[in-house]
Amino acid sequence: MNKARHNKTNVIAAHAALIAYTLIALFPVFVIVINSFKTRRAIFREPLALPNADTFSMVGYETVLKQGDFFLYFQNSMIVTVVSLFFILLFGAMAAFALAEYRFKGNTLMGLYLALGIMIPIRIGTVAILDMMVATGLVNTLWALILVYTAQGLPLAVFILSEFMKQVSDDLKNAGRIDGLSEYRIFFNLVLPLVRPAMATVAVFNMIPIWNDLWFPLILAPAEEVKTLTLGSQVFIGQFVTDWNAVLSALSLAILPVMALYVVFSRQLIRGITSGAVK
Amino acid sequence: MPALKLENVYKSFGSVEVLKDINLTVEDGDFVVFVGPSGCGKSTLLRVIAGLEDATKGDVFIGGEQVNDIPPSRRGIAMVFQSYALYPHLSVKANMSLGLKQEKQPKDLIESRVQKASEILSLNEYLDRHPAELSGGQRQRVAIGRAIVREPKLFLFDEPLSNLDAALRMNTRIEIAELHRTLSASMVYVTHDQTEAMTLADKIVVLRDGRIEQVGSPMELYNNPANQFVAGFLGSPAMNFLKKKDGQGGTIGIRPEHLRVAKKGKINGTITHIENLGSDTNLLVRTDTGEPLTIRMFGQHVMAVGNSISLTYDDEQAFEFDAKGHRVN
Repeated sequence: MNKARHNKTNVIAAHAALIAYTLIALFPVFVIVINSFKTRRAIFREPLALPNADTFSMVGYETVLKQGDFFLYFQNSMIVTVVSLFFILLFGAMAAFALAEYRFKGNTLMGLYLALGIMIPIRIGTVAILDMMVATGLVNTLWALILVYTAQGLPLAVFILSEFMKQVSDDLKNAGRIDGLSEYRIFFNLVLPLVRPAMATVAVFNMIPIWNDLWFPLILAPAEEVKTLTLGSQVFIGQFVTDWNAVLSALSLAILPVMALYVVFSRQLIRGITSGAVK
Repeated sequence: MPALKLENVYKSFGSVEVLKDINLTVEDGDFVVFVGPSGCGKSTLLRVIAGLEDATKGDVFIGGEQVNDIPPSRRGIAMVFQSYALYPHLSVKANMSLGLKQEKQPKDLIESRVQKASEILSLNEYLDRHPAELSGGQRQRVAIGRAIVREPKLFLFDEPLSNLDAALRMNTRIEIAELHRTLSASMVYVTHDQTEAMTLADKIVVLRDGRIEQVGSPMELYNNPANQFVAGFLGSPAMNFLKKKDGQGGTIGIRPEHLRVAKKGKINGTITHIENLGSDTNLLVRTDTGEPLTIRMFGQHVMAVGNSISLTYDDEQAFEFDAKGHRVN
């Protein structure tokens, strides 16, 4: 670090702020994970205590793994999230490329129309969506969720990616055109690798809400074989009795796949734009 | 057969007309330089020739063939860009051979052309490297190599030297001139730098506000400019312009090297700044009527800022322009 520009007080203050934020952000996760390893009595007696020899218990995890088809729920959540992200990134990037690259009538209008979706929550249309899903026979399929989440994620994806695509060097795309590359190859081989960090950002933004969503799985796909993890965990939350061990264990397990996905995307974020393409 | 012919080319973006009635012929083997201030439309004109932009009106012929509706890759052109525009994920060799691969040329032909181009540009050692591992000058050579391997009917250069530092710029400029001699290919070169235009061109095309102001060899344009704009644009330091005293708004143009110090000259003024370049000395003078002048003298001179000075010139070396900037004498 440059000494001339960073004095010690500033460095300490910045780190103190960052560490404080990290602690605040991680605290709920920490509480969930430690309590998932405790007996029910210990959870209520001392929620903040670490599990010790007396209070340690795996009963939550045992319930979760026995009750229902938890691996299936995992798999469903994973399929829905990954496929939705794939479509959001693919179609979002394509639309963004068209908006950023081509001059056509109504370009700006189309951009605004697509951005409108950022401001209007998709849940307002739930009834209409349910009607459509019933009419097309997609109710209780994972496709119902994938389609809805793709629609939900596209506006922000188009908005962010088109800004980034405008920054990709025109010369590079034109060099491709002169060398006879098709517009598809220019898009996939030249432009996409250069906006990878932006794609990762969009993926991370969209991943968490999709993974955690309860609303659409409950309405569009409540059947046992297409239940997502979040919906599946609800069986432990009753009106009168809640199996906290199981709920906390289910939540702890649910963190793992998202974390794995996040690690994958964040590496792309950090890797940064490939240098050497343009000056 | 001319390598390039433009007939009544117009280009507008929305309601903004950036090219107006461009007519131009580039003979086979010519090195033509488009020069003009930024925003004059020279790059747009190059992109129209390349097919990256469609002309709003008019025809483009390359090698005698009308190419208005032919995509860039099949116009028989190759282009070198200001920002190099190398494919970051490909090696130098792959960068150079991509165009030929797209044309489905046989492998041994691609191999031999890449070999030839890399010898001309001394890129042999770098063929397996990626663009990120090369210096700016090397990247620009790769970009030039990528153009050479296609053996195009017409080379297009879009300000290829503006990203290089001064020393490298001069070397590369000489390399491009040599390349033109070796390949005897037709080249169109866009720049805003009049030195590049003067040193490289067989023919300079001066553009302003989307119109061609004058076309001619560098010395023709230097010695016989059609108007005040061309006169002021070519030459460094730029030509001096003094208001005529006839009250009709005319101007007299005198090149800095045509002014000389005299005991009792036509112009009197005060020295405001001195640039000692060793081989030359440039004096900046404010005349008694308040107009700035530059004088270029050969060799080294001892002068002082603030001293008064008297200058003269030969009338036959002065250019006269009317109020609209047209040449009168």
